[in-house]
Amino acid sequence: MNVHAILAIYRFEMARMGRTLFQSIAAPVLSTSLYFIVFGAAIGSRIAEIDGVSYGSFIVPGLIMLTLLTESVSNASFGIYFPKYAGTIYEVLSAPVSFVEILAGFVGAAATKSIVLGIVILATASLFVDIDILHPWWMAGFLVLTAVTFSLFGFVLGIWADSWEKLAFVPTLIITPLTFLGGTFYSINVLPPFWQTVMLFNPVVYLVSAFRWSFYGNADVSVALSLAMTCGFLLACLVTVWAIFRTGYRLKP
Amino acid sequence: MRHIIEIDGLTKTYVGGFEALKEISLQVRQGEILALLGPNGAGKTTLISIVCGLVRPGSGSVRVGGHDVIADFRKARSLIGLVPQELPTDIYENVWNMLRFSRGLFGRKPDAAHLEGVLRSLSLWERRQSKMFTLSGGMKRRVLIAKALAHEPEVLFLDEPTAGVDVELRQDMWRLIRDLKDKGVTIILTTHYIEEAEQMADRIGIIDHGELMLVQDKQRLMSELGRKQLELHLQDPLAAVPSALAAYRLELAHDGRDLVYTYDSHASRTGITALLRDLGEAGIRFSDVRTRQSSLEEIFVDLIRKQRR
Ligand SMILES: Nc1ncnc2c1ncn2[C@@H]1O[C@H](COP(=O)(O)OP(=O)(O)O)[C@@H](O)[C@H]1O
Ligand SMILES: [Mg+2]
Repeated sequence: MNVHAILAIYRFEMARMGRTLFQSIAAPVLSTSLYFIVFGAAIGSRIAEIDGVSYGSFIVPGLIMLTLLTESVSNASFGIYFPKYAGTIYEVLSAPVSFVEILAGFVGAAATKSIVLGIVILATASLFVDIDILHPWWMAGFLVLTAVTFSLFGFVLGIWADSWEKLAFVPTLIITPLTFLGGTFYSINVLPPFWQTVMLFNPVVYLVSAFRWSFYGNADVSVALSLAMTCGFLLACLVTVWAIFRTGYRLKP
Repeated sequence: MRHIIEIDGLTKTYVGGFEALKEISLQVRQGEILALLGPNGAGKTTLISIVCGLVRPGSGSVRVGGHDVIADFRKARSLIGLVPQELPTDIYENVWNMLRFSRGLFGRKPDAAHLEGVLRSLSLWERRQSKMFTLSGGMKRRVLIAKALAHEPEVLFLDEPTAGVDVELRQDMWRLIRDLKDKGVTIILTTHYIEEAEQMADRIGIIDHGELMLVQDKQRLMSELGRKQLELHLQDPLAAVPSALAAYRLELAHDGRDLVYTYDSHASRTGITALLRDLGEAGIRFSDVRTRQSSLEEIFVDLIRKQRR
């Protein structure tokens, strides 16, 4: 195991993110605050409690997941796409590092950044609404699992993309709609049965539901199923990355 | 003599069907400077990219320090430093951090003293805190060399190290390459400047259209393949070559003051004795004699012309 290499990639990536620290923290904090002002205070006051939780508090776990997902995907995809685009990837590819080590460095850094953001948003949210965390360890566990899984997904995306358009395509056209329809702003139990079934095909529903359970103790779908779905997706991403490095897809001609 | 790199029957066909390398076999001796000479598109970058792990080989095998570059990639790659042809850098990063990154990537413990030595040898020490985007092209190339040396490689690949580089940096580069050779580092450089191969290399390999046409000691290459020219400085300039001497295919140079005879120095009969006798009989007197060996450039053009035929 080339630990020096993992650390080198990790530090390098963290330093790159550090240079844009202000933008990367300010933007999500601002947008979350806007959500609270609009949904929490303005509209939320007219919405009844959901499962005994005020609407403002209800949306907090979903909002954190929303940020976690989009940030993980965009950080990780940019992290690997940029060196590919700039050509600096040659150094990593010609170094004595295995794909597991490359992954650990890049994905570890991207996940770290989105976890930090998730915590910042949680802190911001606690300024606006009351938040209970019934199962803090599960909460932390889901936070890390989601960040890692979607950073891995972003990594695959960054390797697949061969243009800036493609890099932006998946987050805008797939991730954002899925997160908005993923039960962040409502419990899927309020939907007609048909739409409830449709929603079960949206992986984000499972993430948000389990994460909200770790806060308030009630879930739209079973927590075990959520966990299994997330781990399944993680595994699928891992296999994809393994195949990418095995075949040199988009990395080695 | 130990071979640090052994390439055996290596082929490469890119997706799309372009055959970039055709059955290349090449042994690089430990501690030598080998120049791979060939026109653009010959396959030089492809060849070194396969050795460094950037391009997947077709068939054949490549070993570095006895380690297969695929099966035993960690051991093989840790011996190699690569300076690519392009100059890709993280423009917002500073020189020192880039070097630390490179060293770490190759699994080496941090060693500030070594990095300082590398930077000083490349006159980069003063610029260690500079961000990459503030550096000129020549400086960037130095940084890339420093990065390649950060992990103390035994083999250094320089892909077109002096392409688009000014004369001063080119001299510096050549000096650095000699210093590295003195330290025992094996150096493989690619170039399409014959002058560079001629100046630097111990051996020269000529690649064209994905084929390694020959690999030879520089001196031998030049003498074996070299035509020589005999230049006779005349006492009295001539307006034309006398017809009696037509068989020698002489040329007049410098307004008829020099008579140039081209011959093959390895032929059993160079024709020099006969020429000198016939010149004497024709009453042509000369005041000076000089021989000149053809340059690598001429050899190269010759060789490619022969192969194409
Ligand atoms: N990734 C690639 N896909 C397809 N063809 C390539 C690729 N890389 C290089 N080639 C082709 O292979 C040939 C050799 O290229 P290269 O090794 O870069 O030559 P050199 O370094 O000698 O100029 C060129 O014709 C080039 O167009
Ligand atoms: Mg090239």
